[in-house]
Amino acid sequence: MNVLALDFPPVSHLFEWPAIWFDGTPFAINKTVLIYLGSMLITMAIFLLAGRKRESLVPVGIQHVAESGIEFIEESVVMQTIGPEGKKYVPFLTTMFFFILFSNITEVIPFIQFPANSRMAVPITLAVLVWGIYNVLGVKAQGLGGYLKNSLFPPGVPKALYLIVTPIELVSTFLVRPFSLAIRLWANMVAGHLLLVTFAVLSTVLWDSTYVGAVAPGAMLILMTGFEILVSFLQAFIFTILTAVYIGGSIHPEH
Amino acid sequence: MLNVLAQATGPTPEEMREGLKAIGAGLGYGLAAIGPGIGIGVVVGNAITAMARQPESAGMVRTTMFLGIAFTEALALIGFVVFILLLP
Repeated sequence: MNVLALDFPPVSHLFEWPAIWFDGTPFAINKTVLIYLGSMLITMAIFLLAGRKRESLVPVGIQHVAESGIEFIEESVVMQTIGPEGKKYVPFLTTMFFFILFSNITEVIPFIQFPANSRMAVPITLAVLVWGIYNVLGVKAQGLGGYLKNSLFPPGVPKALYLIVTPIELVSTFLVRPFSLAIRLWANMVAGHLLLVTFAVLSTVLWDSTYVGAVAPGAMLILMTGFEILVSFLQAFIFTILTAVYIGGSIHPEH
Repeated sequence: MLNVLAQATGPTPEEMREGLKAIGAGLGYGLAAIGPGIGIGVVVGNAITAMARQPESAGMVRTTMFLGIAFTEALALIGFVVFILLLP
């Protein structure tokens, strides 16, 4: 694309990375895969290091990070949406939160600067996993008939309205949910990456031609970097909280 | 004569298609952003009112506010996805 004589790289150059190792096999490793492996290892390292036996009970260093993370998920996600009986899902939700957070935050880390979740593969896998989990939990908690009845025929609706409500609920609960969950994470990361690239390209071009002109887009780039840190945290949080809401909705139905 | 006429008629169908695609993509995203923009404004505005009235329930209100934003925002994001799909 060529807008106002500045060369904006085509979108495929921003999101598609060539394979580094094992090119051509299904196990090809590129930058995205490396970021995912890195965020997986960091997540594992935090909780394994924090879980070691300690001399004192006072949390310090990495243990403090892990404990405040768990407490954050327990207090502001699980207790608000599922309630006390949801405490057994805290480990799953915490792991997912930290994994998504670490693979988002690479968007603003210098020299990496690519949000791994702006490729659809892992968000859709996580979303399908969540879809499977809440359906299985719903069937386990209410039985197959009860689960279908509660999710397709919500109580408290006038009989005639079921003609409209049931198809809507069918589509939104069983078909659209995993996609909207994945698209929310993916599209936010794509949008953030595009925004940062736009201002970065603009600053470089204006710096090359007129030194003064780069001040405004440069300042905007710094502001947007701060905003993207917030967004990558918020998207991890929203993915986790929506998972908790879906689990909560299927293990105790509305009355 | 015909050659001159053909040159004077302007863009080829191929160029027209490209241009219309760009217009469609831009308009699609712009239109998709209107509703969610209003919606998120309503959600956050009411959440602030609730927090100001009952500061002790701020935690719960904040969680619910993020939920509301997430559901509302999905519509704008679908517009954005269509924009990306139409763009190349």
